[in-house]
Amino acid sequence: MHESWQQFWAMGGYAGYVWSSYAIAAVVIVGNIVAPVIAHRHIARRIKNEEFDD
Amino acid sequence: MLWLHRFGSLPYFYRVSRPIALALAVPGVLLAVYGVYGGLVNAPVDYQQGDAFRILYIHVPSAWLSLFGYTSMAIAGAVALVWRLKLAEIFVVAAAPVGASFTFLALVTGSIWGKPMWGTWWVWDARLTSELILLFLYLGVIALHNAIESPRSAARACALLSVVGVINVPIIHFSVEWWNTLHQGPTVTRFGRPAMEMAMLWPLLCAALGFTLMFGWLTLWNMRAQLLWRERRSRWVKKVFSDA
Repeated sequence: MHESWQQFWAMGGYAGYVWSSYAIAAVVIVGNIVAPVIAHRHIARRIKNEEFDD
Repeated sequence: MLWLHRFGSLPYFYRVSRPIALALAVPGVLLAVYGVYGGLVNAPVDYQQGDAFRILYIHVPSAWLSLFGYTSMAIAGAVALVWRLKLAEIFVVAAAPVGASFTFLALVTGSIWGKPMWGTWWVWDARLTSELILLFLYLGVIALHNAIESPRSAARACALLSVVGVINVPIIHFSVEWWNTLHQGPTVTRFGRPAMEMAMLWPLLCAALGFTLMFGWLTLWNMRAQLLWRERRSRWVKKVFSDA
């Protein structure tokens, strides 16, 4: 438990380590969410454009 | 068994996977946020490590997911090899990038945690090395899939690598018991006296469960894209997009 918000952000002197870990985690998770959406949209557009009709 | 047969039907899967993915996403994200918030804000400070121990709440769920993800790929891989189920093949390919990214996250957060606690970013000890090999196995599956032209052969090769590589999973899990490592021993799966007090453990379990549900969600999304690509010339896919 932290005494104040200031103390919370300071993480007992380990702020750089703790917050960089969580920042990298956020990037990885957002990437995992966005990548399949883009891939799906891209494939769907090509199918709609009838690129695969032979 | 009828539902299983229906679930093997690709158009049916494409239709129901969307609501299922959302049903996993909502509790998954809520649990993960709740767990991480609990770990960062509410959990008491560790008497040895201070606030640095709060990296645990992202490191352990990621590491857990790296093992869970690979094991699920190996099971799907076995199903794909034995019963030639197309959806199992697609699962292996779709889960690999998700698993790889969380393995990467486990390694990176572990490294960032190691610097202030061990005084070094990296040591070649059993736990760290075997987890790095897991990342290479994931990357191997992805590379294999990209390297082989025929989707069927590519998927079967990926399935085979997943099954063979799963031997690494128990090695990672037990590495901290079998060898002397710098990495600390098990805290969650230890029997008897809990190694952590409940106020610390509870958010961790929530985050780990949340991450697991999110893995299902993200893998299903990848599966949908992969399925469309594999089936792009089929009549049912054309029908889905001509109706819309």
